[in-house]
Order: sequence, then C-alpha cells, then structure tokens
Amino acid sequence: MPYMTNMFGNAASRNHAFGWQAEEAVDYARDQIAALINCSPKEIIFTSGATESDNLAIKGVFEMYASKGNHIITATTEHKAVLDTCKHIEKIGGKVTYLQVNAEGLIDLNELENAITDKTILISIMYANNEVGVIQPIREISAIAKKHGILFFTDGTQAVGKIPVDVEADGIDLMAFSAHKMYGPKGVGALYVRRKNPRVKVTAQMDGGGHERGMRSGTLNVPGIVGLGKAAELAKQDMESDNARISAMRDRLERELTTIEESYVNGSREHRLPHVSNISFKYVEGEGLMMGVKDLAVSSGSACTSASLEPSYVLKALGLSDDLAHSSLRFGLSRFTKDEEIDYAINHVKEAVAKLRELSPLWEMFKEGIDLTTIEWSEH
Amino acid sequence: MAYSDKVIDHYSNPRNVGTLDKSKASVGTGLVGAPECGDVMRLQIEVDENQIITDAKFKTFGCGSAIASSSLATEWLKGKSVDEALAIDNMAIVEELALPPVKIHCSVLAEDAIKSAINDYRVKNGLPALELAKTHH
Repeated sequence: MPYMTNMFGNAASRNHAFGWQAEEAVDYARDQIAALINCSPKEIIFTSGATESDNLAIKGVFEMYASKGNHIITATTEHKAVLDTCKHIEKIGGKVTYLQVNAEGLIDLNELENAITDKTILISIMYANNEVGVIQPIREISAIAKKHGILFFTDGTQAVGKIPVDVEADGIDLMAFSAHKMYGPKGVGALYVRRKNPRVKVTAQMDGGGHERGMRSGTLNVPGIVGLGKAAELAKQDMESDNARISAMRDRLERELTTIEESYVNGSREHRLPHVSNISFKYVEGEGLMMGVKDLAVSSGSACTSASLEPSYVLKALGLSDDLAHSSLRFGLSRFTKDEEIDYAINHVKEAVAKLRELSPLWEMFKEGIDLTTIEWSEH
Repeated sequence: MAYSDKVIDHYSNPRNVGTLDKSKASVGTGLVGAPECGDVMRLQIEVDENQIITDAKFKTFGCGSAIASSSLATEWLKGKSVDEALAIDNMAIVEELALPPVKIHCSVLAEDAIKSAINDYRVKNGLPALELAKTHH
C-alpha cells in the first residue's frame, strides 16, 4: 500500500532516491516470483496481466523468429487471449494448427508431434484450463518441443500459484500468468522468458523506453508488482496445505452434487486443478440455475447473456452436446472457502436443481421416457 | 447482469407451472425453442366454448428471463379470448419485465409459444392454422 500513497518513485528513474526505492521494491517482487516458479529474477517481464503476456509471447515470438518459420500449434480449449491472438497471427500471414482435445480435455501427444512441420516455431498449450481445470501433460509437451527445437509457451494463468510450477523441471520457455488468479491485485501480470538453454527473445509489442530488457516498454505498475510479488510468496508458502484442504472440500462438493440424478463431471478428474469442479445438471439451464444460487460464486457454460446463444466452446471441444454445455456450472474454490460454505453450496444447488427440473419441460419428457433427440425442435 | 424485481419475482414464484392434458380437444400446446439453444418453452391453454382461455400452464427450460417471460404470459392469457391472446406482443413482455436487449429473445420465444399453442388448438378443432407473422430471432 505505501507504493500507492506516499512512495511515488518511478522504478526506472535511476538518478534519484525515490526511484531507487521503487526499483528495490520491484526487484524484491521479481525475486519472490522467481522463487515461486524456479527461474532467475531476470527472466520475469512485468505486464498488465495474462492477456498482455499471451499477446506478447505469441506475437513477439512470431515476429522475432520469422526467419525460422511461421507455424504455431495450439489447442481449441485455450483461453480467448491465446485463440484470438492466434487468429491475429493467421491474418498477418502465419499458420496455426488448433489441436482437438479428448473427452477428458487433454491433447493427444501424437497429434501434437504429427502437427509439427519444418516451419513450426512455437507450441502454445495452456498449463491448466480455466473452465474445467484440466492440467495438460506439460513435461511431455515440452520434451516434444525440445526434441524438434521448437519454443514452448504456456498460459499458466490458472496454474501459477495454485499448483507447483517449475519452469526448469517443466521445460517451459515462455509462460504467462497474472496476479489476481493467485489472490493478488488485478491489472498486473508477468511473462516468463527463458534466458538460457535456449536464450529466448520476443519482439516488443509496445514501443517506448525499452523497459523490461527491451521487451515491454512502459512505466512499471509498482503497487501492482509489489502485490504480485507478495501473492507469489504467500502462494509458495501455503500452496501445499491450502491444496490439501481445498481439494478435500472440492471432492466433497462434487461427491454430493453428483448424487443428483443425471449430473456429470466435465473434464479429467485425475489431471485437474484442486479447486475447480465443472458439473452439468442435465435438463436444467445453467444461467437459470446460477440465478437460483446467486450468492454462490459460480459461472455457467451457458452463455445466454451473449447475443450468440452459443454455449461454452471449451465444453463443446470436450465433446459435450450443446444442451449439456448449456446445463453446466463451474465451481471455483479458494483458500478462503470454508466447510460451511460447501454445505451451503451443496444444499442450495440441490434445491435449485430440483426446483428448476419441476419447471423443465425437458425433465418431464425425460421422466416420461421420451427421447429428446427424436423431437423436431423449432429453429431458434 | 442485474435482473429486474419482476423477473426475480416470477423466477422465485413462477405462476401456473404445470401440465394440461394435451389429448383434450380444448387444450392447445405450444413447444418452442431447442435444448441446444438453451431455451425450451412449453405453453398450454385450455379454451372454453366461447373462445375464452380458462386456464394456462407452462414449463420452461431456460434462464431466469425465459422463465419469467413464460410465467407472465400464462398470467396474461387467463381470461382472455383467443383473439385477444393473439394480439399479445413480445415488446409488451419486454416492457413489463424490463428485459435488457440481450434477453429480448426470451420474450419473442414467449410470443411464439402463445401463437403456437393457439394454432395447435385451432388445428385440433378443425380450424386452419394461422399464418403467423415471422418473428425475429
């Protein structure tokens, strides 16, 4: 907080004491973050958040390594910050392969390897998915990338600070993450850029004063960075004990909620973040269900609020039918979640599902044994 | 997104939830929408010999606004003549429930359900189905 109220120095102003103080604070944060992901502090580039980091990594590699090739491999379940950046790459002459995932949400390593061409310069696969929490086989992916001399970038937004991430052991060349996903402030994040074995460079996407080793110009967000550093330190310290508790609560929540008839857990249960659960309650629409449990922090794969009416592209990529995707809820737990809150969630979701099924013509048809796929639904 | 008080009221206390006997000639059933679109409404009316709607029931799979739109429609239908029911416009539902632009399709679906139920009733009773003005989705 003092960096917002009475310590006004600019971390890039090296010729006066106010600047030194700010620089010292930023350097301290860099150390805290480096300790969390096992890298050198010099390998951390501060940004405004994971979206900017995703953009900087993909566009920056595409430009920097243009002489080597123009092909990028990613997956259909990536965050929009990656997918939309890849679409941009395609517009400016790049080629992108979008790998499918299986029903568990995992990419196929053979497909990955088969997609590699002599023009491939980057593999961009997220560490863990934001909607279903599925963790990709990061070490196997990086081994393939290394074997073919291709850089490996991972969007680590959901994983960093939540599960152990070690850029050395995991073989990661670039990694995006943000502070607010690990209980830190919003509007600040970072991009890890490997400095040796190999030395990776990205072309800056913002021109200016050459901050952050020339890769990201712009005055540093000192209060945000201090917050990110502290969040990283706390995450490192508490992760293990937090996760044991959080995953036990998540498992209990899931066990109870799947006693509801016609409910299904989406995505791999084995390769998954400890705090995420994504469940479909068939014949109940997700947004309607959210309204019934509005004091719970849940989200739905039914994007009825968007004009498109398209349900979650992630759940569809896992092979869920549109109607099951519309019936999904994503539960996110945190270190602040209490057992009583899990009890509350279990009771309220059960009640709301039962109530909405009483209202649901689809549930009535299902109970009468009518096959919903045989009905001619009106165009809509 | 904030829901209006009226949407919350209809969602929390939906009126006229249920099922009428669709085999009866006096009952018209409208089933509109599709599960893959995240909205299905079933609206039923019971019509007496004077062409007055004596009962209306609904069941809806959908968001709060879809549930509220169909619940409100059943309230409005009861006691109306079939001709009056045909005149119900989706924009009246939008106004009554203060639906935001992204939820207008819920009111359109409710209007479609009303018209579809009336047509079902007409066809069952030997009347030609009405050519309904195309609504926008």
